[in-house]
Amino acid sequence: MRIEELREEEFVCGSFACAGCGAILAVRLALKVLGPETVVVTTPSCLLGVTTFYPQLAFKVPCVNVPFPATAAAVSGLVAGLRRKGRENVRVLGIAGDGGTVDIGLQALSGALERGDRFIFLCYDNEAYMNTGGQRSGSTPLGASTATTPVGRGAKGEDRPKKDMLRIVAAHNIPYAASASIGYPADYIRKLEKAVKAGGPAYIQVLTPCPPGWGYRSDLTVHLARLAVQAGQWALAEYEEGAWRVKEVSNPRPVREYWALQKRFAHLLQESGGEG
Amino acid sequence: MIPVLPTPHLSSRTGAWRMLRPVLEAEKCNGCLVCWLFCPEGSIRRENGSVSIDLDYCKGCGICARECPRRALRMVEEASFMGEGGGKLA
Amino acid sequence: MRDYRNANEAVALAVRLARVEVVAAYPITPQTAIVEEIAGQIARGELDAEYIRVESEHSALAACYGAAVAGARVFTATSSQGLAYMYEMLHYASGSRVPVVMAVVNRGLAAPWTIWTDHQDSVSCRDTGWIQLYVETAQEALDTALQAYRIAEHGEVLTPVMVCLDGFVLSHTEEVVEIPRQEEVDSFLPPYRPAYYVDPERPAVFAPGMGPDLYPSYKRSQQLAMEKAREVIKAVDEEFGALFGRRYGGLAEPYRCEGAKAVLVTLGSVTSTAREVVDRLRQQGHAVGLLRLRALRPFPAQEIREILGGAEVVAVLDRNCSFGLEGAVCTEVKAALYGLARQPQVLGFIRGLGGQDISQADIEEIFQHALSFSPGRR
Repeated sequence: MRIEELREEEFVCGSFACAGCGAILAVRLALKVLGPETVVVTTPSCLLGVTTFYPQLAFKVPCVNVPFPATAAAVSGLVAGLRRKGRENVRVLGIAGDGGTVDIGLQALSGALERGDRFIFLCYDNEAYMNTGGQRSGSTPLGASTATTPVGRGAKGEDRPKKDMLRIVAAHNIPYAASASIGYPADYIRKLEKAVKAGGPAYIQVLTPCPPGWGYRSDLTVHLARLAVQAGQWALAEYEEGAWRVKEVSNPRPVREYWALQKRFAHLLQESGGEG
Repeated sequence: MIPVLPTPHLSSRTGAWRMLRPVLEAEKCNGCLVCWLFCPEGSIRRENGSVSIDLDYCKGCGICARECPRRALRMVEEASFMGEGGGKLA
Repeated sequence: MRDYRNANEAVALAVRLARVEVVAAYPITPQTAIVEEIAGQIARGELDAEYIRVESEHSALAACYGAAVAGARVFTATSSQGLAYMYEMLHYASGSRVPVVMAVVNRGLAAPWTIWTDHQDSVSCRDTGWIQLYVETAQEALDTALQAYRIAEHGEVLTPVMVCLDGFVLSHTEEVVEIPRQEEVDSFLPPYRPAYYVDPERPAVFAPGMGPDLYPSYKRSQQLAMEKAREVIKAVDEEFGALFGRRYGGLAEPYRCEGAKAVLVTLGSVTSTAREVVDRLRQQGHAVGLLRLRALRPFPAQEIREILGGAEVVAVLDRNCSFGLEGAVCTEVKAALYGLARQPQVLGFIRGLGGQDISQADIEEIFQHALSFSPGRR
């Protein structure tokens, strides 16, 4: 893919997302691939708050807001309703954050994946409940300090490993599932294109760093999304027709370089004396 | 009243949040479009192989300047533009 | 055509006759026969609809919501725990003003576990912004489900409707049901033409966020729509009656209330039992009557004042309990009578919880109690 080939038109603009928001960049790029014949279904999250709160409505495509657990169920309803109305040309894109996907949205997503409807589900993963102030979710990585896994005497941040959502999704034997990072836009866009062409449910979980939630300067969003992959903290994986592929990291970096740029991991560096 | 509202509908220009303004040095730019690609707000305009910055919704995050491979963008204190026109928008 | 049908089958027939386009439902006793029959109708090619086999009731209503904003006519059905599990989506559907029709096959709520009928499930949801109609017979279940689409889809109502029917007593008991012909139903119920639907040519946000400046006005419009629904329910029932020869009294149906000293207020199937008791007591010279509330929301306050204002004693039979107070309908009847110059004494009776049978003897006892009560004039 060459950058010039991406649609020039913007389908989300003027949102109230924080400066340097990784999630809004992920959604912006996704809509460039999916195009104007798309309906977004989204759920209480940063995205809903910053794009669909009157009087600042930032989408140029239709957007249906639904309760927190319901994204994928409403997606199924839209797919069925549009088909019944002879408007299958409208693509249905469910978008939820990590909490709305791996925690409260999991049951409805599992149902929709298993029913085999044709839709794309985009999980923008900023690794905690950022919209409510940064509480841990099932997608928070081991060791991260969050509002509900604070660091203190005898507490070293999140004490459970990140939920392996991609394998849970793939276990539904859907045509396409992938993880991506906004630090690797060509890879992300290629995966979105595959998702569009999939004959059934397609799932993409994209890493979207969050400046206030992770504690870093807003210009580092893309850099961190890239470094996460280089430091082995995020895999660019793909599940297609029953086979897995993982992108090889071309220039691996030490994990401490990734940790050092974010407040949520600061205690790990102090502990290891900066040796990482 | 049915809670269905036409979109987009933008009541405020988020460029007013900006503390740092991206300034393009056109002679360094080769039109690679990396800044356009990575701008979360879609505030970079691309035309005929060159780019320009639409400040209405640019929040000054600085991703464009950091990611530019030719260092053709600099982040400049917004305050230094006061009174020059094109300053903060309501 | 006349045939034996239970209320579950009658509702499934109404879904077919209403040409519902998308069904999303999750099975629960005693609702299951409705969704099984709908699945059968689709499999046999009698109904051209999408059936989304969801994994929960929350998802059932969420899927109905999605299909409704795509512009389709939708249906779901549930009972008891399933309705409780939907609670969040109930507010969402009514606040979004999507004309979902849902059959609620009434069943008590755990704990302790029960599968038998009472009204705790739907009465607990009376403040969710849904119209609630309670039916007395399988025939009325069929007819009300058809009427429900006319009411819900009315441009000035656009409010979802629950058609509430007593589990087992109605859902699993066959009676002779007159099945309307498709052409007749088509002339009564035109296809759904949504004012708003998902359309990339006219992008819109469905259920956007609202601040304190706007939120109250949308909530007020829901209340106004409910007020409008009062006349729409009556008008639709009248029109239905003119076409099909069956009327159900609109919001509330009085029976032998002329000159009645004591009137019993009921909801649902127990009304049939009470009717026979009223006939017998009238025959014995007792001035008793019966008022069946067909609508719990919108609440028929005006009808209650007109019909019950002349009685000395009103006995309210509640198949629910608002714990810490009394039967919910009793409280609401009292509130409706408030301010009348001459107020009847209102007595509350909670009976029939968790499928407890309510016999003619039970109802006669309630009437005797009411008649013997010397009403204090206030």
